[in-house]
Amino acid sequence: MNITHVLFWFLSVLALFSALMVITSRNPVHSVLWLIVTFFSISGHYILLNAQFLAIVNIIVYAGAIMVLFLFVIMLMNLNKSTEPKKNRWLQVAGGLAGGCLLLVLVAALRDTEIKGKIAQVNDGNIGLIKNLGKELFSTYVVPFEISSILFLSAMVGAVVIGKKE
Amino acid sequence: MPINYYIFLSIALFCIGIVGVLTRRNAIIIFMCVELMLNAVNLLLVAFSKMHYLAKAATDVNTTAGSDGQLFVFFIMVVAAAEVSVGLAIIVMMYRNIHSVDVNFLNRLKH
Repeated sequence: MNITHVLFWFLSVLALFSALMVITSRNPVHSVLWLIVTFFSISGHYILLNAQFLAIVNIIVYAGAIMVLFLFVIMLMNLNKSTEPKKNRWLQVAGGLAGGCLLLVLVAALRDTEIKGKIAQVNDGNIGLIKNLGKELFSTYVVPFEISSILFLSAMVGAVVIGKKE
Repeated sequence: MPINYYIFLSIALFCIGIVGVLTRRNAIIIFMCVELMLNAVNLLLVAFSKMHYLAKAATDVNTTAGSDGQLFVFFIMVVAAAEVSVGLAIIVMMYRNIHSVDVNFLNRLKH
């Protein structure tokens, strides 16, 4: 039980707990804040796996940009009070049951996979460094990279057109 | 770290996201649960990428096996950012029209 294991279990418990708090808290602002905690713990997992580029991008893009957008929309609509009416009790039970069944089926199916004993390398390996990923991104994946810029442009135009009055 | 742990952690996060989508009525929280599911998949992709790299690095020291998985994660983040901008614009427009973000009011296609 070295420091890596301790960090792994701490980050896993933190991620699961804050994910549960996201779906159980009544106030949408609290949900957003707990989701930010989840994203930070997932970034911690990336750092543990030595995927430093993705860890930084996850913090900047998800916790920095997307969550601020969510918070901005919630504050704009003045939803920061628990106004959500009580849903039908049975629908909630059915939703929880359906998710639990999916969890059960997936765990049962993947409990004895053939990759069971394989190890995911932690704390080492330079595959996730910016240098290696950048070389790969701008040689093999340069066309999808350019296409994603067109996707961003169209998403920006779409958001402006949808959000415009009249 | 055995790959099993990452598989089960990702499954648990994904199922929490699914339960959130099924039980909540606020459209913004449903959207946040979709982001949670995307992140669970991203974590699993990175873990598999490191597993693949470790298997290949035993024979070839400067191999680039496994960088595909991490680049897929990068592209998933790109698509998620575009999706969020359009989706939040749709939610804002919906709030402007029906003064609520409750998805149960959005059943007008039925009539």
